[in-house]
Amino acid sequence: MKPAPFSYSRPTTLDEALASLAADPDAKVLAGGQSLVPLLSMRLAAPSALVDINAVPDLDHVRTDEKGVRVGALARHAAVLADPEARRVQPLVSLALQRVAHPTIRNRGTTVGSLVHADASAEMPVVLVLLGGSITAASVAGTRTIEAADLYVGPLESTLRHDEIATEAFFPALPGDAGVAFDEIARRHGDYALCGVAAVVRADEAGSITSVRAGYLSVSDLPTVVDLSEAFAAGTLDDASLDAAADLALASLDPAADIHATADYRAHLARVLTKRVVRQAHDDCTARREGDA
Amino acid sequence: MSTDAPTQTDPDTGEDLHDVRLHVNGIVHQVRIPGRRLLSDALRHDLGLTGTHVGCEHGVCGACTVLLEGQPVRACLMFAVSAAGQELTTVEGLAAPDGRLGPVQQAFKECHGLQCGFCTPGFLTTITAGLRDNPDPTEDEAREMIGGNLCRCTGYQNIVSAVCRAAEIARLEPSEPLEGEQP
Amino acid sequence: MTTKLFGQAVQRVEDDRLLRGQGQYTDDLMPGALHAAVLRSPHAHARILAIDVDAVLDVEGVVAVYTHEDLVGAMAEPLPLLIPHPTLTHGRTQYALARDEINYVGEAIAMVVAVDRYVAEDAVDRIRVDYDVLPPVVGIENARDGDLLVHDDVPGNRAARMEQQVGDAEAAIAAAPHRLSLDLQVERSACMPMEGRATLARWDTDSRRMQVWTSTQTSTGVRAAVASKLGLDLGQVDVITPDVGGGFGVKIVHPWPEELLVPMAARALGRPVKFIEDRREHFISSAHERGQLQHVDVGFDDDGRLLGLSVQFWHDNGAYTPYGLIVPIITSTQLLGPYKPDNYKVVFDSLYTNTVIVTPYRGAGRPQGVYAMERTMDAIAAYLGKDRTEVRAANFIQPDEFPYDHGLLFQDGRPLIYDSGDYPASLEKLKALVDWDDFERIRDEARAEGRKVGIGIACYVEGTGVGPYEGGHVHVETSGKVKVSTGLTSQGQGHQTAFAQIVADELGVPFEDVEVVTGDTRRSPYSVGTFASRAAVMSGSAIALAARKTREKVLRIAADALETTPEDLEIVNGVVQVKGAPGSRIELGTIAVLSNPLRYAFDEASKAATQFVVGDPSKPPVAEDDEPGLEGKDFYSPPRSTFANGMHAVVVETDPETAEITILRYAVVHDCGNLINPLIVEGQVHGGVAQGVGGALYERMAYNEHGQLENASFMDFLMPYVSEVPKRIEIDHLETPSPLNPLGLKGAGEAGVIPSAAVFASAIEDAEGFPITSMPISPSELFALRLHHEQKLQEGPHA
Repeated sequence: MKPAPFSYSRPTTLDEALASLAADPDAKVLAGGQSLVPLLSMRLAAPSALVDINAVPDLDHVRTDEKGVRVGALARHAAVLADPEARRVQPLVSLALQRVAHPTIRNRGTTVGSLVHADASAEMPVVLVLLGGSITAASVAGTRTIEAADLYVGPLESTLRHDEIATEAFFPALPGDAGVAFDEIARRHGDYALCGVAAVVRADEAGSITSVRAGYLSVSDLPTVVDLSEAFAAGTLDDASLDAAADLALASLDPAADIHATADYRAHLARVLTKRVVRQAHDDCTARREGDA
Repeated sequence: MSTDAPTQTDPDTGEDLHDVRLHVNGIVHQVRIPGRRLLSDALRHDLGLTGTHVGCEHGVCGACTVLLEGQPVRACLMFAVSAAGQELTTVEGLAAPDGRLGPVQQAFKECHGLQCGFCTPGFLTTITAGLRDNPDPTEDEAREMIGGNLCRCTGYQNIVSAVCRAAEIARLEPSEPLEGEQP
Repeated sequence: MTTKLFGQAVQRVEDDRLLRGQGQYTDDLMPGALHAAVLRSPHAHARILAIDVDAVLDVEGVVAVYTHEDLVGAMAEPLPLLIPHPTLTHGRTQYALARDEINYVGEAIAMVVAVDRYVAEDAVDRIRVDYDVLPPVVGIENARDGDLLVHDDVPGNRAARMEQQVGDAEAAIAAAPHRLSLDLQVERSACMPMEGRATLARWDTDSRRMQVWTSTQTSTGVRAAVASKLGLDLGQVDVITPDVGGGFGVKIVHPWPEELLVPMAARALGRPVKFIEDRREHFISSAHERGQLQHVDVGFDDDGRLLGLSVQFWHDNGAYTPYGLIVPIITSTQLLGPYKPDNYKVVFDSLYTNTVIVTPYRGAGRPQGVYAMERTMDAIAAYLGKDRTEVRAANFIQPDEFPYDHGLLFQDGRPLIYDSGDYPASLEKLKALVDWDDFERIRDEARAEGRKVGIGIACYVEGTGVGPYEGGHVHVETSGKVKVSTGLTSQGQGHQTAFAQIVADELGVPFEDVEVVTGDTRRSPYSVGTFASRAAVMSGSAIALAARKTREKVLRIAADALETTPEDLEIVNGVVQVKGAPGSRIELGTIAVLSNPLRYAFDEASKAATQFVVGDPSKPPVAEDDEPGLEGKDFYSPPRSTFANGMHAVVVETDPETAEITILRYAVVHDCGNLINPLIVEGQVHGGVAQGVGGALYERMAYNEHGQLENASFMDFLMPYVSEVPKRIEIDHLETPSPLNPLGLKGAGEAGVIPSAAVFASAIEDAEGFPITSMPISPSELFALRLHHEQKLQEGPHA
């Protein structure tokens, strides 16, 4: 279990890193490496070159303003999780990050790296899509923004080009009328989830629900977001509306069987978690509104 | 300018080699290694620090955990070239300056926190950093602290006890700060 | 008086080194050695048409590549079948490197030796093999059907059929007032020590000796295999077991192909070579265990007393049978546990599949046997509406019935006779420990809150300390330090500590002065190995006997020097003194000097010895029945195994929505005779319980229909982290000494894992109210079972 040979460079400027990538279509970017290195060691991937961006300055930021949280390509999960402002501005990011692997992996793994790895079983991609975030992609040709909705196109496949580096991710701030929640069920603590759900619930000043959206991981090929608002058209949340929401969700999901769970069980978990997480998000929404008042 | 550009070719294998300075347990080592050399292998085979063990090489078991700038990381999920210039602490660096066992090591001994000893170095480094961040953990916090390390011998019972005992020992005799620890 | 150390929770002497990162595991030794990597079969079943290694030689840094064509003499023959048995009519073993057929994904085909492991793997990737891919046999049902064969010359894929019977089980069942039948299933798991297999060899061209360091549970076994396969004299081969990162059974199998190939290459190349198995290799090319299908027919009376028990089971032995029938034989005999069915019949088929070999994993067939019996006990209790502990108690062998002869042959070919135990007392302790009688109330209260909780119980008896023998050697140096050696190996059990406790007590020396070496054939050429919970019983006893011999000699020489009789002497803290007159004394080191007529006064002890006169000047300096030096050596060989026992209870909660299974309590009552070191014994129990939790709730070998192991990594083979094990394991001990050995010991190493599948099935069944017949069980499977039983309820009572 040792990587195949590759040429290694550690550029100290972004331009240099981008030039290296542009020069070799078989090169890969190394940031945290927590997903990439096992693939290399198992020889499931054998790029000709690794461009280690860890020495590129000014990429490890976690910047927060009232619009949202900007996470640099080299910001480790642990750093994002530890940032109190990020937690305040968009609490869903930290709720989900707490469930990413184990702390030691979070010390090295980067949030942006996790986003562009495009694993539909991972926590952060679906959070980005649910929140309507985006990533900034740089290449020798310039910089572009890729909206989360356009980022994921297949299992472990994104629209980030091989010559691009995702330099930053943007998670929009939580609107004042919203509440969030995240939960997942895994075989062991820290494992990839059998099913995970993130939810954003919004309500008007009177507490009447205006919007419910949920994101799903591990129950389809792509990070999947479902608008469940229709189930709460009456503006209230009860067992019946939650059941309806779960029905809506399941119609949009395509859970698959693997060695850990049947498709039926995953679907069941999606149903249970939809109800659980939407209720929690609604509680959070209520608490925030009442806290503000 | 790119750092760590290859400087030479390995006469045995024809691979490009990089000159890298590894700062381990307060000592600077100069090594000439290929880009693909895992940090775990560089520590073990290039530096002879065989206390860091390799249990899975895919980042799950935690036996190879070392401290990078004071933070626990998997040495099998990093290339040694990437660690150039950063402070590393391995199990060999956990004893007190006077040679006595450090608090975590001492607690493992008292609580029978190890059997075969293979996973132990990864636990010791992880707990050392964990207790620095949380010097007085509850039992549940102790479990959380070691939640990413596999042990096949102990059933973890005595390791949890050892975390709590180490906290107690550290309170009784505060030790020197770790290498790479930020003041 | 020196404080007695036997029975004390002494801290381990092994730990200081290990905690400093100064352990010496095989891969820590001999930096600069060449590294081997092995090409392994990607197919479960195929014929090898051609192997092309030409491209390998283009890889810079490659030193050698070997295929079967390069093997000569005994190396080209199949690997040994270690434990033949008359019923193993179709035993098969693999070649060190496959010759013309491969029978599991992972089977070794070629080995490359290179400057490091990276380059060796590069080279392995360049080997081209043409295969004629054959359909594989995967799963016990397919093996049993026999439509497809693993080995062309093994009809029905049946390696062995074995039958044992006492009384007339079928007649007794037919005549019984009540009868039940059960169909049960257990899946594969594996030992998964944190250190995989590892072998390092050096051929010393000057002394023409082969030195092998290997991560094994038997150094003497590897030594014999290396000598015989490489055509060396036994006396030319040293096998040294350094620190071993866990074994749990997988490292008792020997020789592994690499344990022969590495020494072979080291000799051919004249350079040290090492093979360090990686984790994926450990999954696909070491060994697994546990997979069985079982059918039980039982007849019983109104009290639940067994009248007749007939068990048939089908054991998956994987692609080859190097370790014979040990696992299924143990299942078939240890199934009886603490009970006495009087009429018992067992038949098993050991079947080939195109999967990794099956050899003992901690528990070694017992978990499956206990599972069959305890599922049966629970079924009887449910049928009769009785408390599960009552049914068990009604079947216990009683304390006054020991020794109890089951009338069967055990794994060692000797009669299955239990030596001692007190099962009713153990059960009472367990019931008290876990508040058994109060649980009905707890379960009902939980139900009222919409929660599902259940309690399970399982009992086992474990044959431990199997023979044939182990040896001990005790040497007192002139410094007074005591050097002890025994041949069996250590994988974390704290042997150096426990054995030093025994020697310190027996000799009357400070614990710190005793140093124990294990698993080094240079020190102990005759030994068996560490398995079957035998180390403390076998080597502990042998070392005690050797220490007693040493003590005799100490006292004889001291009596001579002090002009008294041995009976008047005692040894306290390394000093021999006249009882009641401690001024008349002589140090142990001085006696060591006196024991050797050649007295060069190199040290203080030698100078001190000059004041004493020993020996009869009219006789030779070394008497006819004596030897120079202060040593004692002895072997312990028991008439048969000694039987430890225990009972576990677990309380689980199953989530009514998600079917997640949470452990609320875990209680163990354990009887392994006299405890040498309770700290170590409890550690063994903890570890066993955690492995048992893994085997019951998380771990399985997920083979697909192509014979590919789909979870050959720690990502997908779910070994428990701390978050999956019980927060506390409540343990109570009963100490029923064994009458078979000098210290009253029974083995403890496997106990914790044996009843796990049974006890969790029992508890989940109790929580859910429907039978659990297949283990391990995941939330997904429990969810499916719930749906199945709900549907049955909705369909109404058709039966």
